[in-house]
Amino acid sequence: MDIVTLSRMQFGMTALYHFLFVPLTLGLAVMLAIMESIYVTTGRTVWRDMTKFWGTLFGINFAMGVATGITLEFQFGTNWAYYSHYVGDVFGAPLAIEGLMAFFLEASFVGLFFFGWDKLSRPAHLFATCMMALGTNLSALWILIANGWMQNPVGSAFNIDTMRMEVTDFAAVVFNPVAQSKFVHTVSAGYVTGAMFVLSISAMFLLAGKHRGLAVRSITLAASFGLASALSVVVLGDESGYTAGQNQKMKIAAIEAMWETEPAPAAFTVIGLPDQAGRVTRHAVQVPWMLGLIATRSIDGEVRGIKDLVADNRLRIERGMLAYGAMRTLRANRSDTQARAVLDANVADLGYGLLLKRIAPNVVDATQAQIDEAAWYTVPAVAPLFWSFRLMVGLGFFFIALFGTMFVLASRRIVERYRWLLRAAAWSLPLPWVAAEVGWYVAEGGRQPWTIDGVLPTFLSVSDLPASSVALSLAAFVLFYSVLLVVEILLMVRAIRQGPAAHAQPAAIVA
Amino acid sequence: MLDYMTLRLLWWALLGILLIGIAVMDGFDLGTAILLPFLGRTDTERRVVINTIGPVWEGNQVWLILGGGAIFAAWPPLYAVAFSGFYFAMLLLLWSLILRPVGFKFRGKLPGAGWRTTWDWALFIGGFVPALVYGVAFGNVLQGVPFTFDDSLRLSYSGTLLALFNPFALLAGLVSVVMLVLHGAVWLSGKTDAAVQARARRVVPWAGVALMVLFGLGGLWSAQLDGYVIGHFAGTAGPSDPLAKTMLRPAGGLLANYHQYSWMLAAPALGFIGAAGAIVLTALRSARLAWISSALAIAGVIATAGVSLFPVMLPSSLNPAASLTVWDASSSRLTLWVMTLVTAVLLPVVIGYTVYIYAVLRGPVTQASVAANPHSY
Repeated sequence: MDIVTLSRMQFGMTALYHFLFVPLTLGLAVMLAIMESIYVTTGRTVWRDMTKFWGTLFGINFAMGVATGITLEFQFGTNWAYYSHYVGDVFGAPLAIEGLMAFFLEASFVGLFFFGWDKLSRPAHLFATCMMALGTNLSALWILIANGWMQNPVGSAFNIDTMRMEVTDFAAVVFNPVAQSKFVHTVSAGYVTGAMFVLSISAMFLLAGKHRGLAVRSITLAASFGLASALSVVVLGDESGYTAGQNQKMKIAAIEAMWETEPAPAAFTVIGLPDQAGRVTRHAVQVPWMLGLIATRSIDGEVRGIKDLVADNRLRIERGMLAYGAMRTLRANRSDTQARAVLDANVADLGYGLLLKRIAPNVVDATQAQIDEAAWYTVPAVAPLFWSFRLMVGLGFFFIALFGTMFVLASRRIVERYRWLLRAAAWSLPLPWVAAEVGWYVAEGGRQPWTIDGVLPTFLSVSDLPASSVALSLAAFVLFYSVLLVVEILLMVRAIRQGPAAHAQPAAIVA
Repeated sequence: MLDYMTLRLLWWALLGILLIGIAVMDGFDLGTAILLPFLGRTDTERRVVINTIGPVWEGNQVWLILGGGAIFAAWPPLYAVAFSGFYFAMLLLLWSLILRPVGFKFRGKLPGAGWRTTWDWALFIGGFVPALVYGVAFGNVLQGVPFTFDDSLRLSYSGTLLALFNPFALLAGLVSVVMLVLHGAVWLSGKTDAAVQARARRVVPWAGVALMVLFGLGGLWSAQLDGYVIGHFAGTAGPSDPLAKTMLRPAGGLLANYHQYSWMLAAPALGFIGAAGAIVLTALRSARLAWISSALAIAGVIATAGVSLFPVMLPSSLNPAASLTVWDASSSRLTLWVMTLVTAVLLPVVIGYTVYIYAVLRGPVTQASVAANPHSY
């Protein structure tokens, strides 16, 4: 396998692995703050016991989240060195601010959360818990500002003197609409995960006839918090679709497997069989108007199909060739005003010129066939995106139904009568993770073939490493992470089995 | 907005402060983890050792994460070259660091002696390997690293993992290990009591003397190494293009900065004085001052490496003209300025609540306190 594929596999694998822990951290931290607030305001100790029990599970998860997060931060440098050089001026800042503003907050106060129960007053401990929850959420904000810029690279420009992208408007990077909607969508998905975790385990307790007081209250909290969050995920997921429609037309066309531009408003394909080679979607079942409404918020806005977008991109590649040629001329002779003018006129498409480097290393001498090939290369893998998106959305609606039902029954205090529903809740435990992981696949797989949309192709972003090195590290990651995941799950299961009583007893001492 | 040269100097200094922050704040965690299997003879004693850093190591580790992020933001080429060039060393660092959270969290969850001993050694590795890799990395930076750029500033690197572990780099790695062992021992002698404390105190003079000897040896060896000096370049406010300059390699010139600016000798002096101070103050039972003294020793040692190279940050042994310097490896002026503002606002806040948290958790960790607190690791 080549270095690009291996590096992508390693990044994808370590990122998806990291995101097994992140959404639970996001959701549980907020729920712990809510539980402890109820304890502090009402003084009822069951809420403190709940905070401590769910907190123990939170702790096991949090440690893994932090540990696997460092891998991601380092990996931009280890495996994506040209990316780091090319966009570090823009992309590095949110990561550094994330450390300064968010990681310090969550990681410092998590110590007080666990060790401060006897050392702090009740309000002071609640403050520590809230700071921890705030830190996790701020961390999501800054990493999604970084990620949002990869999807929609605003506020920056190419600098010929340094051969990289540089910030021109920092506020535009921070207030990038894609970043903002991604933040709300991702954080809400984390809350759904936390709520499902609490709901499912509490349902298991009720089914086993254990820890009733804790379980019933936990279900009430989880159902209401989960319902609000699940609604927010879907509504703001739609916002995500809207912004994708504005900035990443190819992504949305691929998600919808929409090969041809249709008359507005475009129909939404519920299911179908996308055929990448044949460039058609077979057996499509469509809902009229719906896609046009989602993607353009209008009945007359056009949603362009893949084939027309490829034709658009072909023109951009031709302009990119001009930009690339002018850039090379300017690198050799900085006073060439004609080349400067050509570059300035076409610099927005420089990234499309770079797309050719894979098949025509000199770019400027690419043949028509190579330009065609590069234009079609801008189409991501359609079928996996099509299906992943539908799985994610389907799960989103299922979560609303499940939390909604549980919320109604819990508020009428009759949830325990519906054992089949408790079983359904228990079995639903892994589903938020499935939704979150396929969601990331849609977001990042749909961004291909770019690391920075329209600016830097993925295949250029990698480090100059031997493929064997990355194959070796990838294998080591798979092995190491698998062992840790098994240990983590065993410990989670054990802590859940021990239940809320166990946290009150010190761990057994073995000589 | 400050001018470009000032911002670059500021971020060079901030990079130093961050590296010192990593070594001081996460360093005593690493040193403590290295000492864990040796200072704790029973499970309870080991729990005491672990619980001295249990509540704070996660916050301390953020210095490393911030260090990575800040290098990325302020010195993108440095981040790209160092992290991809030192590929397996970085992964070794990562994998051993991942052993720490799981070690802390998982060790106490099961009662078996074999389970716990396994995690004790995992924690040892999680302390020793990062400490060694940090030093080895510095050792390689001082000698120069085999990398160059093509005309698109695309990096190529021709070193290997084994070449990183050359004799001089291993010496630097040992300096780093004994320095953090000293720091960890000083921490433990102030944060524990009884037998663990007595053992930690006995480690301090050994580690302190070893640091002074090895650090001195490193200095003598460095005097033999060739220096990296900028020839022609685009000026201190020039664009960050590492190829737009020439470099000279004066024989035996690595320590030339000290001849030119004798005040820079304060850095190595601080390394020695800090180590000696940690020994004396521990003997005088002044644990807090001893910790500050060993922190100063760390600051001195790291600053020595920084000022020896200045204004070079990462020299290239393959193509010296491609070396990364303060004047051609930074982010844009706007990014450095924004990051300066952000740091000026947020770093005092971070230091503020860090002090608060250490104040809440003050007092020694004892066998009794570990047994009494159900949240202990």
